[in-house]
Amino acid sequence: MEVDTPALGQYAITDPNIELFEVSMGDSSRFLQSSPEYAMKRLLAFGSGDIYQLGKVFRSGEHGRKHNPEFAMLEWYRTQWTHYRLMREVADLICPILNLDSWQVWSIEALFDHFCQINPHDASIEQLQARALELGVEPVGDLEKLDYVDLLMTHVVEPGITDWGLVFVTDFLMEQAALSRLIDRGDKVVAARFEAFVGGVELANGYWEELNPETLRQRFESDNAVRRQRGQATRDIDPRFMHAMNAGLPDCSGVALGFDRLLMLAQGHTDMSTILPFTWSQA
Amino acid sequence: MPNFSTNEFKPGLKVMMDNEPCSILENEYVKPGKGQAFNRVKLRNLRSGRVLEKTFKSGDSLEGADVLDIDLEYSYTDGEFWHFMDPNTFEQHAADKAAIADAEKWLKEQEKYEVTLFNGAPLVVTPPNFIELEITETDPGLKGDTAQGGSKPATLTTGAVVRVPLFLSEGEIIRIDTRSGEYVSRASKT
Repeated sequence: MEVDTPALGQYAITDPNIELFEVSMGDSSRFLQSSPEYAMKRLLAFGSGDIYQLGKVFRSGEHGRKHNPEFAMLEWYRTQWTHYRLMREVADLICPILNLDSWQVWSIEALFDHFCQINPHDASIEQLQARALELGVEPVGDLEKLDYVDLLMTHVVEPGITDWGLVFVTDFLMEQAALSRLIDRGDKVVAARFEAFVGGVELANGYWEELNPETLRQRFESDNAVRRQRGQATRDIDPRFMHAMNAGLPDCSGVALGFDRLLMLAQGHTDMSTILPFTWSQA
Repeated sequence: MPNFSTNEFKPGLKVMMDNEPCSILENEYVKPGKGQAFNRVKLRNLRSGRVLEKTFKSGDSLEGADVLDIDLEYSYTDGEFWHFMDPNTFEQHAADKAAIADAEKWLKEQEKYEVTLFNGAPLVVTPPNFIELEITETDPGLKGDTAQGGSKPATLTTGAVVRVPLFLSEGEIIRIDTRSGEYVSRASKT
């Protein structure tokens, strides 16, 4: 079923790496949503069944060759599906559009072993830092461990998989779980999350969703702790979202796909400005 | 000097990096959907000319560099310094060997040069793209050889040696492209 959730919400997500546009309304304000995830999960919790939404989302400050602060996102949820099954569906959607006839799945550990010869789960911040320098990536200032993982991902892995066709990266670090559940792999715990890459461009991000409201609350609070430490504004936890989670999100998987990027790749471009009728500076 | 944040990094912006004045060449924004945003930045060290690539966390900032490009007239050298004058204020600026670097062979009195001042002192001297200089020494010219290829070395008043067509002779003024060091044309005598 297609749904249409509000673009302006009373609450902002806690993710410290995503900043929203705050829109003033006299003495109160609302936030332009960075994804329909929270609203869609409220619908799922109240029995909507499988749903999708294609609509605009907004992220302040995200502007570059592959980023536009407003962009179209295709997001959908499949109840009683794992993220493995959802990956197949994402591949079935992407492959015909981009004329790809096969796809592959890599754990983040295997990809890092291949390109960086380092295990991101176990490596210390010093080891990641040393490896980055050896690979010619010189960051300025203090980075945390996850920042180094993101740094190697964007600077070494993504450029390395540009001619690999459709690549799903999965089994993320538990600290990268966001709203996905954790899976015990015996020697380590990983996040049941995937990202889809084509031409080194991140196209989609999916979760086998975490259902436990208490686990989610703890993650939101640790997000806010990071925000406080970085000097960013903390975000109130949306009580209506928590109420829905307490009522019970059905077992499900969900994915968000950057629609503009898909169109960009379908037309053989690597720069978003080539497919936007109005670029950010012209809007 | 004000600080500039990564989202203000534009080509041409002058900033301090590792205590060296640098000019920004490129700034690319990269960010995982969930994860830290970075700016991959290419900078040219204005002193050495070397290009370096650094990655900043988005939102980090650098101090601006007190760098100013002005047009100055070359006056003379005392062997250690090369002296330039601001034709409007008559203010004098002394450039050292490092600032002059390759521009030395294109220095001509009363000619205007773009001088990059860093904290008020000359950092880089850039000659005009084209300059007219007199040939002081070359093999005798060959009459009637204007169309054919072929060239010979010619020494100019500044000491620079350039390849010129065979028909040119000593005392003639020629136009040089200082970026390539190549002969462009014969210049009309003034």
